[in-house]
Amino acid sequence: MFKLKCDDFLIYDEATGTYSMSPEQQVRDETERNRWKSTGLTLLKDWRLYLMLVPMILVYLLWKYMPMTELLAAFRFGNFQETSDRPWVGFNNFKVIFVGAESTKFWMAFRNTFVIAFYGLLFGFPLPIILALFFNEVRSNIARSIMQVCVYLPKFISTVIVTSLTLALFASSSARSPEGVLTKLLGAISSSGHLEDAIKADGLVYSLEYFRSIYIITDIWEHAGYDSIVFFAAVIAVSPTSYEAAQIDGAGKMAQMRYVVIPSILSTVVIMLIMKIGGLLSVGYEKLYLLCPSAALKNYEVAEVVSTWSNGLSGSFTGSAYGIAGEMTNNLIGMILVIGSNTIARKASDVSLY
Amino acid sequence: MKRKIEVSELIFKIISYFLLIVFSALCLYPLIYALGSTFSDWTAIKDGKVILWPVGFQVESFKAVFMDNQFWVNYSNTLFVTFVGTIWCLVYSVLGAYALSKKRLLGRHGFNFFLVFTMWFSAGVIPQYLNYQQTGNILASIVGGSNMYAIDLKWLIVLAMGMNATNIILLRNSFEGVPSEIEEAARIDGATELQILTKVYIPMSKATIATVALFFGISRWNGYFWAYKVLGSQQSYSWPVQVYMRDFIDKNTNLTLKLGDDPDISNIGQATSMVYAMVVLAMVPILVIYPFIQKYFAKGVNMGGVKE
Repeated sequence: MFKLKCDDFLIYDEATGTYSMSPEQQVRDETERNRWKSTGLTLLKDWRLYLMLVPMILVYLLWKYMPMTELLAAFRFGNFQETSDRPWVGFNNFKVIFVGAESTKFWMAFRNTFVIAFYGLLFGFPLPIILALFFNEVRSNIARSIMQVCVYLPKFISTVIVTSLTLALFASSSARSPEGVLTKLLGAISSSGHLEDAIKADGLVYSLEYFRSIYIITDIWEHAGYDSIVFFAAVIAVSPTSYEAAQIDGAGKMAQMRYVVIPSILSTVVIMLIMKIGGLLSVGYEKLYLLCPSAALKNYEVAEVVSTWSNGLSGSFTGSAYGIAGEMTNNLIGMILVIGSNTIARKASDVSLY
Repeated sequence: MKRKIEVSELIFKIISYFLLIVFSALCLYPLIYALGSTFSDWTAIKDGKVILWPVGFQVESFKAVFMDNQFWVNYSNTLFVTFVGTIWCLVYSVLGAYALSKKRLLGRHGFNFFLVFTMWFSAGVIPQYLNYQQTGNILASIVGGSNMYAIDLKWLIVLAMGMNATNIILLRNSFEGVPSEIEEAARIDGATELQILTKVYIPMSKATIATVALFFGISRWNGYFWAYKVLGSQQSYSWPVQVYMRDFIDKNTNLTLKLGDDPDISNIGQATSMVYAMVVLAMVPILVIYPFIQKYFAKGVNMGGVKE
């Protein structure tokens, strides 16, 4: 006779031919019931904890998740809410921005996003590490604190002020703007014809050739000091005995750097680098918008990134669907980068940001 | 025993000091330059003679800014948004972070993901703009207005902007670092959840809370893009001062290549000098608070070793 193979939770009674629940399973069921009961109890007992979560969740639902429902507009014609019967167009908007009428501008913005972020990483990443190594040499606490106060400060200055100062310092003399100090300085030390032409045209910030350099230099000015905090913490964590041991072995300063300091901070450096790569596509659009607010400006071709391009389309009925689709693509790729880099960081060192 | 200083070490030290001093000076230069230009003679500014210190001396630019009514209306808006907005962000962040820091919270991973996902993916500029319009209209309809411009949109800025999941995670990590024995002891003494939070956790995480408050405050004080986008020219009385400064530059100088035919201030030296005066005034609150909170940074920003 066929006998069910389920000894672990049922017992087959040969005499009556019936199944009954095994004692082990009864215990298991009991614990399961208790678990649910205790779950219910914790929920009840900790209702205050859940109440505490409510404001945060409400805020995030309203202003972070609700905007995501607007992404559906990427698959429809136009975007304004008043016209609710906009036809669904599938991936047509994506087609328009990838290969169609809007593709030139979209790919230009996409390339700029990458290029600006890449150069920012290339030149902006090493400096905070170097600053941290230098700060480690300053033995006087007062001197170090004063210098740290100075280099952290730009981080806290508003984008409007940073861009206003940038525009003013790099301005060319015109009817309503005096020549900026840095324009004057660069004009004096350089004999490049390109530079002169750029200054004579609309000024260095609004030139094709110099915009990126200026953007990245001001970005470094803003962030390098503050970003050195995390590396400085890693450098001062190196134990003094390591230095002493190296000195006894006859290591000079460079050898100490190479064999003691660099290996000790390497993991921090790698993590920060991976994280920076993860954030590659989230270029700060506020600053770029302030430095290039309109397509009529000459630096438009190098300053337009995907989010400012999308913002530029926000005023037009058909364009905004393209804008939503394009930025969604950008942000999805960005998300893959972040998650990927985070996974690598976690694998590499058991440390991850999230 | 005093160790003999190696030559290579000495050279490295000198280079370090030199480059650090140069970099510090570069960090301060634009700010000192702005201060110098505020007080320089208008003709000196016009001819580009100011290098660092004031050339000549006048306080007329400052006076002009002081007399500018709209500047102060907008300045007070920024103060309001910074103060109320920071408190609002801190309140929901601290409450949420406290709940998230509890291992016994059911669905903790889900709530964490809910938060962290917003750091990975954002809807983008246009969806966010449409959302602010919708929620603005909802806020207006609550108080009986027909559309968002019927209410003072400062309130939308206070409630909806300045969100930062990183800050909540910083707080959560700091709360997780508080030993659970202390919490249990407080619970045995009959403390309620809120008392445990305010009497135990908040005092023990002062450094992080100060840092996070500074981050929230700074982003509030400096916020430009969304305030400008949402308020536009419709509600210039609710503008934060950053929007006003940019508008002033657009209207009175040619720095943004946007000059209209009829600038409000016809003297170019004066207009430029006034821009610098506004820059200086807009930095004052940050410069006042900054030294007090600066010392908490290194302690407060401890993101490493986050387990999920």
